[in-house]
Amino acid sequence: MAEADPAAPRLKLRAPAGALLLSAFVVATCGLIYELLASTIASYLLGDSVTQFSTVIGTYLFAMGIGSWCSRYVKRDELRLFVRTELLIAVLGGCSAAALFLLFPLVEYFRLVLYGLVLAIGFLVGLEIPLLIRILRDFDFRETVSSVLTFDYVGALAASLLFPLVLMPYLGMIRTAFAFGIANAAVAFAVLLTLPRAGGYRGEKIAALVILAGLAAGFVAADRLQRLGEVASYAEPVIYAKSSRYQRIVLTRRGDDLRLYLNGNLQFSSRDEYRYHEALVHPALGRVGDPRRVLILGGGDGLAAREVFRHPSVEQVTLVDLDPAMTALFGATPQLAALNRGSLTDPRMTVVNADGFRWVREAEGQFDAIVIDFPDPTDYSIGKLYTQSFYAQVRRLLAPGGVMAVQATSPLVAPTAYWTVATTLEASGFATRGYHAYVPSFGEWGFLLAAAEPIAPRADILEGRFLTAATEPLLFAFPPDMARRPTQVNRLDNQVLVRAFDREWAGYEG
Amino acid sequence: MKADRRTLLGLATGAAVLGGTGAALAFGEKPLPPGALMGADLARGHRLGRGGFPPPSREEQVPVVIAGGGIAGLSAGWTLAGAGFDDFRLLELEDWVGGNARARRNATSAYPLGAHYLPVANAEAADLRALLAELGIITGEADGRPVYDPTQLCADLQERIFWRGRWQEGLIPATGLSSRDRSDLDRFAAAMTAFSAAIGSDGKPAFATPIAYSSTDAAWRDLDRVSFADWLDAQNYASPLLRAHVRYGMRDDYGSEPRDVSAWAGIHYFAGRRGLAANGAGDNVLTWPEGNARLANAMAARLGDRIAGGRIVHRVARTDTGVAVDHFNVASGTTTRTHARAVVLAMPLFVATRICAELGDARACSYAPWLVANVTVDRMPEGAGVPLAWDNVSTTSDSLGYVVATHQSRSVPGESVLTWYMPLSDMAPASARRLLIERPAADWKRVVRDDLLAMHPELDGMLRHIELWRWGHAMIRPTPGYVWGAARTFAPASPLFLAHSDLSGMSLFEEAHWHGVQAARGAMAHLGHTA
Repeated sequence: MAEADPAAPRLKLRAPAGALLLSAFVVATCGLIYELLASTIASYLLGDSVTQFSTVIGTYLFAMGIGSWCSRYVKRDELRLFVRTELLIAVLGGCSAAALFLLFPLVEYFRLVLYGLVLAIGFLVGLEIPLLIRILRDFDFRETVSSVLTFDYVGALAASLLFPLVLMPYLGMIRTAFAFGIANAAVAFAVLLTLPRAGGYRGEKIAALVILAGLAAGFVAADRLQRLGEVASYAEPVIYAKSSRYQRIVLTRRGDDLRLYLNGNLQFSSRDEYRYHEALVHPALGRVGDPRRVLILGGGDGLAAREVFRHPSVEQVTLVDLDPAMTALFGATPQLAALNRGSLTDPRMTVVNADGFRWVREAEGQFDAIVIDFPDPTDYSIGKLYTQSFYAQVRRLLAPGGVMAVQATSPLVAPTAYWTVATTLEASGFATRGYHAYVPSFGEWGFLLAAAEPIAPRADILEGRFLTAATEPLLFAFPPDMARRPTQVNRLDNQVLVRAFDREWAGYEG
Repeated sequence: MKADRRTLLGLATGAAVLGGTGAALAFGEKPLPPGALMGADLARGHRLGRGGFPPPSREEQVPVVIAGGGIAGLSAGWTLAGAGFDDFRLLELEDWVGGNARARRNATSAYPLGAHYLPVANAEAADLRALLAELGIITGEADGRPVYDPTQLCADLQERIFWRGRWQEGLIPATGLSSRDRSDLDRFAAAMTAFSAAIGSDGKPAFATPIAYSSTDAAWRDLDRVSFADWLDAQNYASPLLRAHVRYGMRDDYGSEPRDVSAWAGIHYFAGRRGLAANGAGDNVLTWPEGNARLANAMAARLGDRIAGGRIVHRVARTDTGVAVDHFNVASGTTTRTHARAVVLAMPLFVATRICAELGDARACSYAPWLVANVTVDRMPEGAGVPLAWDNVSTTSDSLGYVVATHQSRSVPGESVLTWYMPLSDMAPASARRLLIERPAADWKRVVRDDLLAMHPELDGMLRHIELWRWGHAMIRPTPGYVWGAARTFAPASPLFLAHSDLSGMSLFEEAHWHGVQAARGAMAHLGHTA
């Protein structure tokens, strides 16, 4: 019978053969995409892209070899195994980017997860290609090896071009993985559809549909997954996250501990921020007889302002903070306004959202006390707010008899940086006195008092949870490991502070 | 079998279509950012070449006429006004003064179209320091050294270089050097330090700025006769990194390749600056968002309505009583003849020789063409390595990189204007000028965009506007034999005075200013004016 009509069965098999060849193309493309994704994510999370790309690609090719070798032990039903392998690749590859991002902050041995995933995908892809060749050979398809390899390599080119030019810029890593997972699953499903109904592939068909639906859901929810990934990088549950024009603002809360992070750097913990803010504000205001007008530069969280308003003589506070998103958040959110006791919406408060460097140059008027609460000088743009040129302008704004307080990073971790701020203030015509306080979430933290006239050793301290008239003088003693040392003046044209800060903190954090 | 082949063909076609679509998606050109291609008024320049101006319909008497409102002309005017000599006029071809030190402004920032910085002045540049003090740029003195206003000194980080995928501080990479690179760089630095410290038998520095204060000793002047490239070869400087750095310097200051500049000029770039300043600012430069237009505009402000724009000076000739200056008013279409008792020609020599026959020809002068682009970006460039600097240079680019217009004024990141520079130095100036004029704006924009994106892939889609400015005759080239040879032959007798950096062979603010001051003093001496 077979000899009577030799062409018939082949003709029937044309559709599955075509689908299988197309699947070689898709499999190759997807495989390379997963490999590129794993390399990119590893470089992104672990750094050193050369090492990451090299080891991931090496591992992947090695795993393909193992998969290929193992294919020889498959004795029957290659088609079913091919479809199942394809579906498994769809699941593993499709979820790979999201999984790596989510797992990174949670697992201790991230490399284990990374290379495990690469090995698994590589193994499956390696297994698949020989299976495909064998299946096509059954269909009496001439030049099978050459055809499969051609599509395999063309697929590799497509992947390597699509990845940097289209996928990364337009889809992002998480969506790209899901998209190619969907492609893998779709190929499996298409192959299943071209097979005769009686083949008994019902289970595989249902699995393919479920996987397709799952991956599609992941594709749609990629943004939410990205946020979950970020959440996992904080030690505490995130209750708020927003990117303003200038920074990433994240609030976390665990029990009664509310924390603010800007660009991932801790700004305060509600458990001990009173130590920081009492130390920042009261030594300065306590040396001014009845301060009436107070200027706060930075401090958009309103916590320094809260301490300022505890002084009954204060009539006017001007707070200059760059980011309107910060002052709006801390002014309008009940929970945060409770923390700063409504300081930002106090009728005596004027909030200005402006670049402090420009604002002080243009500002008029004088203030009895000035509180400078800028972020640490981590880069040149913040470093400008610690320069002689900046302090010279601020000096104009300080009324006779006025006193200024400046947060000046840790004198223990970064003593050169801390004393550079003192030297710079002195070069700008200020007398200074340094002091420091222990803030558990920050460590040993440093501040500087600055005034046009010599600074009184004693202050009229408004007692708080941390500072009292008796404990305040103790803050001014520096043990030898934080003792004053000669430094340069921080100028716009040299920015020695940023360099010292970077060097000392890098050394501390290893 | 046939069917199978057809299947394969069909699949291949399908794959090709799929791939083609992907490629089109990937490579299909994104629209170029908007922005015009501009430059000096070509029509006015060509009009000067063509002639055919109407005969003078008006005559007037003005004691001193300055023709040309670049830095030399403005410096001449500033000097006259500063000495209490108020009766003069400054005629400018364009509608604006400033010459190369011109600027424009958009909603984001002011930005330079050409010259954008001035190094801290040398000890010998006393007149320049006086100008800077009058402009409030030098604010006082400490330890016998001038104190410069820190907000006008270039803020840290001044320079960075893109090398092997990372930005490093400075203009010479510090890592990834071969031993040959290191030894050549060290030897070159030592040689330049020695040249910088050298004093001639006449007690003058070997390489001064302004160059007029340089020693006349033949030992150094003879270096003007050989090309810098030949000198480097003779000294066995073979390190590609050093040669690339030298090439950058020559293109930066002279718009020329090392082979096209004299060794004297080449060495001057590295050994001619000994800035005198307090607070360790001697190596720094002064810069402003609008570049040297800050200085030009400050000088122009003092001259006020003595400046007349849109005047094509087309004939300058001696008379019995002084000099007759014929100038065509672009707005009214009429020519005026101004009889002056002294005239300062503060224009490039290729123009001056055209309108004043007695000056001879300017065949010895050659000029470098430049393209400058001001690119408004939605966000600051970043990149691996050290953070954004004022001047950002890539070792893999044929441009000179870019400066950040908002470097001095901003302390917050955000939008900015990047001023991108490229001298067309690798071909003959005439061919480069033709290219500059004939190549369409869209092509130049692609050059600028691709160059910036190669350094900063993160700026893809962030380039909001690209404004191109072409300078056909941007700067004189200090070709071998020019600085201490041909340039010295242009010396008309009073009451005709020349003032231009072409007379030094180096298009530098210090040179233009020096010539402007000298010409003004000559004119005042001729008229018997004492301050």
